[in-house]
Formats: sequence, structure tokens, C-alpha cells
Amino acid sequence: MATNHSNGSSDDATSLVEIPPPKIRFTKLFIGGDFVDSVSGRTFETIDPRTGETIAKVSEGDKEDIDLAVGAARRAFDHGPWPRLPGAARAKIMHKFADLIDQHIEELATLDSLNAGKLFAWGKAADIPSVANTLRYYAGAADKIHGEVLKMSRELHAYTLREPVGVVGHIIPWNFPSTMFFMKVSPALAAGCTMVVKPAEQTPLSALFYAHLAKEAGVPDGVINVVNGFGPTAGAALASHMDVDKVSFTGSTEVGRKVMQAAATSNLKPVSLELGGKSPLLIFDDADVDKAADLALLGILYNKGEVCVASSRVFVQEGIYDEFVKTLAVKAKDWVVGDPFNPKSRLGPQVDKNQYEKILAYIEHGKREGATLLTGGKPASKKGYYIQPTVFTDVTEDMKIVKDEIFGPVMALMKFTTMEEGIKAANNTRYGLAAGIVTKSLDTANTVARSIRAGVIWINCYFAFDNDCPYGGYKSSGFERDLGLEALHKYLQVKSVVTPLYNSPWH
Amino acid sequence: MASRTVSWLLARSISSSGPRSALLSRGKKLGLVSRGGIHRYNSTAAAAEEPITPPVTVPHTQLLINGKFVDAASGRTFQTLDPRTGELIANVAEGDAEDVNRAVAAARKAFDEGPWPRLPAFERQKILLKCADLVDKHNDEIAALETWDNGKPYEQAAKVEVPMFARLFRYYAGWADKIHGLTVPADGPYHVQTLHEPIGVAGQIIPWNFPLLMFAWKVGPALATGNTIVLKTAEQTPLSALYVARLFHEAGLPEGVLNIISGFGPTAGAALASHMDVDKLAFTGSTETGKIVLELGAKSNLKPVTLELGGKSPFIVCEDADVDQAVELAHFALFFNQGQCCCAGSRTFVHEKVYDEFVEKAKVRASRRSVGDPFKAGIEQGPQVDSEQFEKILKYIRSGVECGATLETGGERFGSKGYYVQPTVFSNVKDDMLIAKDEIFGPVQSILKFKDLNEVIKRSNATRYGLAAGVFTQNIDTANTLIRALRVGTVWVNTFDIFDAAIPFGGYKMSGHGREKGIYSLSNYLQVKAVVTPLKNPAWL
Repeated sequence: MATNHSNGSSDDATSLVEIPPPKIRFTKLFIGGDFVDSVSGRTFETIDPRTGETIAKVSEGDKEDIDLAVGAARRAFDHGPWPRLPGAARAKIMHKFADLIDQHIEELATLDSLNAGKLFAWGKAADIPSVANTLRYYAGAADKIHGEVLKMSRELHAYTLREPVGVVGHIIPWNFPSTMFFMKVSPALAAGCTMVVKPAEQTPLSALFYAHLAKEAGVPDGVINVVNGFGPTAGAALASHMDVDKVSFTGSTEVGRKVMQAAATSNLKPVSLELGGKSPLLIFDDADVDKAADLALLGILYNKGEVCVASSRVFVQEGIYDEFVKTLAVKAKDWVVGDPFNPKSRLGPQVDKNQYEKILAYIEHGKREGATLLTGGKPASKKGYYIQPTVFTDVTEDMKIVKDEIFGPVMALMKFTTMEEGIKAANNTRYGLAAGIVTKSLDTANTVARSIRAGVIWINCYFAFDNDCPYGGYKSSGFERDLGLEALHKYLQVKSVVTPLYNSPWH
Repeated sequence: MASRTVSWLLARSISSSGPRSALLSRGKKLGLVSRGGIHRYNSTAAAAEEPITPPVTVPHTQLLINGKFVDAASGRTFQTLDPRTGELIANVAEGDAEDVNRAVAAARKAFDEGPWPRLPAFERQKILLKCADLVDKHNDEIAALETWDNGKPYEQAAKVEVPMFARLFRYYAGWADKIHGLTVPADGPYHVQTLHEPIGVAGQIIPWNFPLLMFAWKVGPALATGNTIVLKTAEQTPLSALYVARLFHEAGLPEGVLNIISGFGPTAGAALASHMDVDKLAFTGSTETGKIVLELGAKSNLKPVTLELGGKSPFIVCEDADVDQAVELAHFALFFNQGQCCCAGSRTFVHEKVYDEFVEKAKVRASRRSVGDPFKAGIEQGPQVDSEQFEKILKYIRSGVECGATLETGGERFGSKGYYVQPTVFSNVKDDMLIAKDEIFGPVQSILKFKDLNEVIKRSNATRYGLAAGVFTQNIDTANTLIRALRVGTVWVNTFDIFDAAIPFGGYKMSGHGREKGIYSLSNYLQVKAVVTPLKNPAWL
């Protein structure tokens, strides 16, 4: 039976759920349409975060492998059919790709759960079906890329062409291995680009499966290449490659800075960055406390807090603060920590030892700085990387747990008095990825929505992602947008074409 | 057998001739043709052959109302005929005002209370994709039905039109979840948004020349944007719409969302156009009927009307044109679909320097056009849709001869049975001749001579129509000048009849209002609602 975290050391839910031994079908690099060993022959171990044990050995890509992959993508772009196909024909292949994903949902969800500690039930019901839908969304956009005919001030005819940018490097994180893969790959495919994807070293498995399905769907060889490996080697090689036309990166702000530097010092390739966050959730006096507490917990505990848009700073207006704290403490107990294959679990293990130790260190730091633990604060098991849902109160804005992105199930709960003060506190961060507002007041919602310097604002909801809804960061949370038609434009160049006009009856 | 790939349709760069993604529209009831004229008919061996038995049975002949096939309230039926022979294909339920009332009520209920406009757009998309898949699956049967009822070559229906139908629905499926309103700047502290809402119950009246494609142009955007529909098909071609509408219901379209009424213009069509509970009307057909439809919209509930009407489109061959290519494309522009295209290039203007060569080659090309049973492989031209059209075309041909135009080839009935007309070419056509002014809607090419660019622009624009134009030149300046000077909704430069899903189509002047296909078509079926609310202490404006 599942137990909740607040019962301390009991870890029934975290005890290993025996699953049929997964067949790991793909562990090599995918370059030019084939699975190949890395040039060096080296491999690295990928770990099951439930146990810390090895799942499989995966080929370790490095600079030479990136060179091969970029070469394949370059040829596919310069000479291959993909950018030359009508959008409708690309769409057809993308729809097929989506259908193939739908046929392998369980297998794919298993890979992400094993590799990242993500809840299997959610992967099966949400993550994997929704990546197929992201592909379908962009398939529907592939034949709707419009340029414009322009209004010139002289006797000139001019128009814009939106052309595929070329070879794209995608560097994706481990927290949503499937979602991030398709958030990057789908619009780039629709635009007619070719690409090299470097998945996170923690979660290489599902990306390779997708590469296999892409080939089966008819995506031409070289259009999607997958090179597993580490940031300082494979990632750096991709970001600084002279033949890569665009890099799209999702990850930490620190690494984002390096990616941008690498682009600047190589061929000045444009970069899009989706980086860290310390997103505020502002709960006003007129909020329904019950619903607000649910949203606050969802905002920080979903995917064990390993979410760049996690609501890690919760600001509650003073009129309902005490009631909110009480409600939150009770509701936090519903968030059962356990094996991701246990259907009762709502938090699985953190992705790896590194993250696990980092989060625990932040918790210790919070305690030392004088914050009060409302719930949690400890490991939730003896084995694997499980951490209790943790809420700090008596937090001040200068504390490290308020300033840094912890990337774990750790909430900093604060009080505010006026709207102006709440807005000021919410904006008091170097990040600007997302924000939540809970209020019944139209005026409050509208004022706060415009005042917070963040890329997405959720009013009386949280994590309301949608394929048509762009998201991305202000400030040090990055620039440019993923999802929506905005994301398509990341992968398109604008070319203006101008020619003189004679005897035109209008201008 | 039938190639169903969209890429085939789109491989236009490979060849500059032949029907590619072609089509056009029109439903007409011109009453200006006298009956009983005596003609000298040629009898040919080809047409004397027994007609090929269509590889399909007629699956549905009733009206489709609220998800069910039903008889007409009156119990009446009308005959739909095989244009190859004039013989009966099937008796079809004849919808009238009472049936239109029932269909509108069903559509109203489906809109006001049903799931369709309330479904997440993504779900609508999925159903539309499924519709396209089912049509693909039944491609050949649907194509056979279309050919049987309309007379168009089966290969054209099976390889171009039915795949294009599926393509159009996939295109519109992709729009369903990308219909964006705007957030709008205000002059003061206001938050302003526009919501793009479905307009409601759409009445759609489609012609007989491309029954399926006209269905797709109308139904596709209306469904993607969340509307419900009453569609009246042309009385000449009721069959294919009933079949595909059934497939749409199999794909998960809720009942009442798409209702199909077979029937006649003055009864069913007029009832739909003047219905007080229809929020939008879209019509494709003749300019004369379009006027009536617009008037009925005005007289009833002021419903907005989209019209796609007649044309007398110029095809301009400049002196620097590649004459062989121009001949082939001019031939295609006019003769495609038995000349039953509203955008047919029916005024072929040829520069005097290449005129003689062009006329000679155009004549040879037309005389080589293969006419015969549309179910036969390799046939380019089948019969005209019905006896009325057939008679009308022959009357125009007589008029051309009487006015002194030179009949280069054709000019008569083809064979002795059905509604086949010989491919006909007139040269020395003058602007004031009836054949240069009226829309003939048949396989009659009129070639006119011109001297300079300004002259041809003036003459091209000297028409009440403004649907399309073809321009044939290698000179970029000539092309750019003509493109802007021609008062028409589509200009094809060194090509013709390219009808991709994303390319808008519609008319200037008396060729109609509004545009179909492409992003522009969505606005026909959307209301724009501006939402304004004050902002307190906004951080920016």
C-alpha cells in the first residue's frame, strides 16, 4: 500500500515495482538514417533513477560524431528532398510519424519512466499522446507558411519568402525527454529544416526510438539525426559547428550562456534559448483557497519539480495566508512519493544522483538560512533518488531558495499585502519564464498579467500548455518561443524579393 | 490504379501541360437558349459504342437531414441522368422548402446545442482528418459516381479531383486549431481582444461542374471553423455529395452538422437563400442566379453572402511566348472539364506576331483532343452535363459562325447519343461578338488578335466579369505589368488552373464576392467579436 511522505521513513510506495524487463531496442547514434556506433567506440551508462542501476550502455557521441551528423543533415538539406517537398507532403509524413507514435505509447512511456523517473501512468495518458498531437499540429502548419506581399513606397514589387533556416541543432533536456524532442523537432520539420538532436545524457533512450519511427514514417535519411552524449563534448561541438545554421537549446541558464557564446564565437548562428525559471504564483485574498492550494502544489510537485516553469515561489495575500498554509499542509499529503510504475504515485524519483544531492543541499541551505519547513525536507526512500514534497515558510526574498532554480519539489511560500507589492516581489528575479495568478477579480487578473515580466501567465490555472500557445522566457529565462506558430518562425529565414514595376495601375 | 498521392498533384514543375491540380466551378441555369434548333450532327464510331458500365452502384438517393437519410416531405423525386446517353441513373429525393426548413432546424440545433462548435478545435481537426482518410479509402467508387453523374473523365475524377478533395479537408483540418483572434492596441487603458467565432448555420449552394471540389471548398472551411451546414447540391449532380457526407458521419461528424438537400434552385435553393435562420450563404454558380441569391439574402435576414460566379477569362499570349507551350496551356485552360469551368480561358488573346502560328497549332491540338466515354482510359473530354448545356453551346457555336468568326475546327455535336460536343476553335473573333462576351461554358475556344500591351489590357478588362486570367510571357516586366493591370481574382503566369488548397480563389466585378480556399476562406465562416475591458494601472499600453 502506498504511504505518504509525511510518515517519514516508511517507503512502501517507493519500493520497486517489478515490470517486465524492457527491451531496449536502440542504443547507438542515429546518423544519416542508420544506427551507428560512435567514432570513438565509447559508450556511457544510462541509469534507472529508481535504483541507481544501469539500464543500458549507450553510444557516446563526441565532436567527430557531431561532424558526421551535421554532414548528413547538411546533405539532406542542400541536396535532399525534404526542403523541396510541398508542405502538404511533409505534413503527410509527419501525420504518419504521429500515427506510429500512437502505436507505441506504452513502450515509449516506459522508456521515459525508466530513464527519467517520470510517472508511467501520466506518460501513457498524457506525455506520449500529446507529442503525437504536437506533430499533428505542426503537420497542419506545414502547408500554411505565408510570406507577405509588401507595400513599397516607390514603383517596386516586393514580397517576402519564408525559407527553412537550414541545418538546426537541437539540444534538449532530460525532464521531458519526449515533449522537448517534439517541441523542437516538429516545427523544424514543418519548416523544411534538417536537424541534429542532442538529447540529455540522462535520457537518451526515447529519442533514439523516435528516430527509428521517423525513418519508418518516411522522413528521409539525414533529416533527423540523434547524437547522444554530454554537453561539454557533443553539445559544445554542435553549438559551435560552422555548418549548423541555428541552435535551439532548452536547459539551464548557465549552459544557455555557453551555447550562445559558442554560437557567437563560431558562425554567429541564431540561437533560441529556453532556460531556467523561478516562476511566481500570486494568490489573492479573493481566491478559492482550496483550488489555490491545489494549483500551488501542482505547480511545484508536478514531474517532481523538474519543470522549468515550476511555481517555485508562491506569494499569498495576507488575508488568506494562514488558512492557505493550513490547507496546503493537508493537501501536500496527497502527493504520494513512489515508484513511477506504481499507479498511486504522484512523484517519482529525481532524475539522477546529481540532482538529488543538489536539491537536498538546497533544502539544508534553506533550513540554515532560517526558513521553516512546513512539510517534507528529507529523502523519501533509502534507495533511489526520491525526495519528499517540501514546503518552506518564513522565507525572505534574499534567501538562496528564493533566488535559485532548485529544480525539485521545493516550494518557497511567502506573504504579500498589496497587489503592487506582490507584483514587485514576483518580478524580483533574474528569471521571467512563467507566472500564475489566482483571483476572481477581472481587474486584478488584467493588471497583474501585464505587470509580470514573464513569457506565459496562467490565470486560475497552471501548466495550461497547448500546441497553439507559445511559451518562452523574458530576462535570463531565454528568448524566442517554443510551441505555437511562433516556434515555426524560429526555423524560417525571411527573404525579401524586390523588382521594379512599370505602368502599375495602383501602388 | 488511381494515384492518390497529393504530391502527384503538386508535381507541377515536371510538366507544363495536362490537367494537374485543375478544376473550376459553376452551376448555371441560363434561360437564354431556345430549344428545337436543327443541327447537323456528325455520327462517329467512338460515340456509337455501348457506354461502359460504371464500376459503382448508387448508394444513396435520399436527403441527408440530421444524420439520417430521409425522403422528401412531399415524397417527390427527380431523375438524375447519365450525360453519356441521357438515360436515367437514379430517382433522387427532391427537396423543397419544407425539407430545407427541416435541415436548417437540424443545423440550428446542432449549432446552438450540439457538440460541434463546442469541441476543442483539435478534436474537430481529428474528425476532418478521418473524413479525408475515408474518402481516400473509397477514392475509386466516389470518382466513378462523379463521372457517371457529371460526364467528366474518370481518370480526372479518380487521379485529381477525389485526391484533391481529401487534400482540401486535410488542409482545413490543419486550420481548425490555428484560428487566431488578435489582441488589439488601444488608445487608452483598455485591454482589447478579438474572438473569431463560428458564424452559425451556413447555407451552401454548389454547382454541377465540380460537385466534389465545390463541396470541399464550401464545407471544408465551414466545418474547420465550427459551423453547421445545409448544403444544396446541383440537380444535375446530386450523387457524390450524398456518398461522401455519409462517410463524414462514419468519421464521427455529429448529426445535424452537415445536411444535404438535393433539389432545384427556384425551390430548395431559394428557400435556403431566403431562410431567416441561416446565418451565412455561400453560392457558386451563374452570375444571374448569384444576383437572385444576393437579393434573397438582402430581403430576408441580411445574411452575408459569398458569391463565386461566371467568368470570361482572358488568356494572353505575348509575342515572346513559347508558342508550343502557350498553345497547349491555352487549350487546357479552355477545354479542361469539357469547358465547364467558371475560370476557363475563354478569350484567347494572341499577339499578332505569333497569331497565325498559334491559330494553326491550336486548331491541330483541338482536333486531336480525344472525346468519348469518360470511363474509357485516355479520354480527355466526355459529354456536357445535360441537354440544356449541350443545346446552349451549340447555339453559341452557330452564333459565332453567323457573326463571321472563322470556324477552324469542330462546331458540331460529337456522335449521335448523349451530350458530346466537338472541340471547337474560332479564330478572327471580335470583341463585340457574343462568343467573346458571354460565358459559353463549353468546349469552344475563341482566339482574338492583339497588337500591344495597353490594348490587350484594355480589351481584357472590357468585360463585366473578373474571375481569372492567364498570362504567357518570358518578360518579367510584361508579366508584372499585366499581373497588376488585370482586374481579376487570379492571374496565372505561364501556367493555368493551379488550384492548391492554400491559393485563394474568387472574382472581381460580377464574378462574385469573397474568396474561397486558403486562409482567406476562413473569414467567410467567422464572426469577429471585439472584447474590451478597462485596465487598472497597466504596466504598459
